[in-house]
Amino acid sequence: MIQQGGAPGSGSARPAAPRGDFPLQTGADHLIRLESITKIYGSGDAAVVALDDFSLDVEAGELLAVMGPSGSGKSTLMNILGCLDTPTSGRYWFGGEDVSRLNETQLAHVRNRRIGFVFQQFQLLPRLSAWRNVELPLLYRGEHDRRALALHALDQVGLSNRVDHRPTQLSGGQQQRVAIARALVTDPDLILADEPTGNLDSVASRDVLAILRDLNQQGRTIVIITHDPEVAPVAQRTVVMRDGRLVHGVAA
Amino acid sequence: MSLLHTIETGLRSLLGHRLRSVLTTLGILFGVAAVISVVGIGQASSDSVTARISSLGTNLLTITPGSTVSGGVFGGGGTANTLTMSDVAGLIDHQNAPDVAAVAPVSQGRESLVSTSSNWSTTVSGSTADWLVANSRDIGTGSFITASDVSSQAHVIVLGATTASNLGASVGDLITVKQIPFQVIGILASAGSQGFGNQDDLAVVPITTAQGELVGGVGSVQRILLSSTSQATLGSAYIEANQVLLQTHHITNATQADYSITSSTQVLSTAQAVTQTLTILLASVAAISLLVGGIGVMNIMLVSVTERTGEIGLRKALGATPGDLFRQFVIEAGVLTAVGGLLGVGTGLAAGYIVPRTANIAVTITPLPVLIAVAVAVAVGLIFGVYPALRAARLAPIEALRAQ
Ligand SMILES: Nc1ncnc2c1ncn2[C@@H]1O[C@H](COP(=O)(O)OP(=O)(O)O)[C@@H](O)[C@H]1O
Ligand SMILES: [Mg+2]
Repeated sequence: MIQQGGAPGSGSARPAAPRGDFPLQTGADHLIRLESITKIYGSGDAAVVALDDFSLDVEAGELLAVMGPSGSGKSTLMNILGCLDTPTSGRYWFGGEDVSRLNETQLAHVRNRRIGFVFQQFQLLPRLSAWRNVELPLLYRGEHDRRALALHALDQVGLSNRVDHRPTQLSGGQQQRVAIARALVTDPDLILADEPTGNLDSVASRDVLAILRDLNQQGRTIVIITHDPEVAPVAQRTVVMRDGRLVHGVAA
Repeated sequence: MSLLHTIETGLRSLLGHRLRSVLTTLGILFGVAAVISVVGIGQASSDSVTARISSLGTNLLTITPGSTVSGGVFGGGGTANTLTMSDVAGLIDHQNAPDVAAVAPVSQGRESLVSTSSNWSTTVSGSTADWLVANSRDIGTGSFITASDVSSQAHVIVLGATTASNLGASVGDLITVKQIPFQVIGILASAGSQGFGNQDDLAVVPITTAQGELVGGVGSVQRILLSSTSQATLGSAYIEANQVLLQTHHITNATQADYSITSSTQVLSTAQAVTQTLTILLASVAAISLLVGGIGVMNIMLVSVTERTGEIGLRKALGATPGDLFRQFVIEAGVLTAVGGLLGVGTGLAAGYIVPRTANIAVTITPLPVLIAVAVAVAVGLIFGVYPALRAARLAPIEALRAQ
């Protein structure tokens, strides 16, 4: 986290990463570099091109909002950014490493060590308490101080007084904050949020967005995929997708 | 993920579905318990058959009429009684059969014995003084039948210990068989072995008396018991007896013999083979129930994988590798079967304790079948856990996440 999140308005407009502006063989200058990513679901007549020769860079410390109508490929982009899925073609550089050709186990390690996820449906395990949910990613990396790290992360999202509550005992906004704590606990290079306010009322949405903005101001790189017009003012940069392509990118 | 955490995670999820886990465990429990108790019952009956037959001694030969063993027993089944008292006389002759120590003809039937106080039904054997030697039995009180009792067709009877006590008879008493009075002249020492059929429940009378007044068939006998002078001479005693009988029966081709001679070791190995086959058969049935239990485990694990697709996807997103998930599900299946197996051992041992005391069926539990049953149960669980675990490991994280 070299670059501190810039104050709103300081970000310059970055055009949607035209190919050729960057050295071709490495994405080391950027946290993320997508190079001509194509993702095709199915084959033959049923083939759907969800991402079409898609290129994008994300700087370390940025808060990027990805918008676009339903079916434009936002979730597909999120899956590829999150190493949950691999592109049909193209290259994906993450922190200077080509992750587009890694196998499942290697991708699992990248997800565990470098990426934190926040989902629209929260995706908390209902039988586990808040801190046990936050602890989950640490179990897959053999961490020892799990409880202390989980409590610290819960403190960062303002839930120190709810650590032993189960998800069902928490409001939607609180559940999403637990999920953010879970994304934070591994100190990831990137937090990916897919419609994080999609299931929340406007008060809780503002809460969650405020937390994400605070995290960004502390230096976290965050990509938010959203329909929510409230997100755009928080982001330094907003890109809009249509039919698997970028239509434009604007500064907030 | 460390093994400890994998086990912890597995246990948590099993405890989260308590009823389901218990029901799955029951399948394995009963499979293991069935294997242990069935093998225990088989072992006990094999032991008792072995004990009973070896108590007869290893130098015993039995001659039965007909070419099969079954024909001569109780003189039934339409087999002609081809054995006679002159065969007995020929076998006793030391010139012909120097290695034969004792020759005891037997003609027996089931009779009702009546004493002054009660009556009792048992097997009454007509025989000679050699019966004691040939059966390796001892007289407890009084004396046994003598050669003169046989020649005089005396009305004397020797009782087994159980028979005597059931009749309330002691040496010197009079009892009646078919309304014929017999004097009790001796009571046998207890043979002590408990099998199916009590060796202390019997009665012996002179063979002539049995042929003339009880069983019938004057001059013919149902079978002849021979004992060789020692275990080492059993083989030559066999050859001598065969020679004598071929001669007295005027048979030139040995394969046409109208009698058969079996040694006690032959009977022993046949009986052991029979009980062993039976035990294997029953154990296979029990093993199938164990297999069914294993399929139950697979079924439940598949349900669990399907039901927890979302959880699997989330864990993958958070960094669980395919190996982590594979191990978690295999361990869950392994824990289910291991617990079921251990409880099954407990149930099997309890059955081994209770059944002999309530149902009068002997059960002998040895460590080996117990270990094998548990090992098989755990192996079954792991093997049947592999497929669901592979399914979990191979789930694509995005598909799995979308399932929620
Ligand atoms: N697993 C899939 N199989 C087939 N088509 C898919 C799959 N996932 C997404 N698509 C298609 O890809 C396109 C982009 O979908 P998606 O990335 O979910 O868009 P968004 O999140 O912007 O609504 C859509 O046309 C969708 O129907
Ligand atoms: Mg979507």
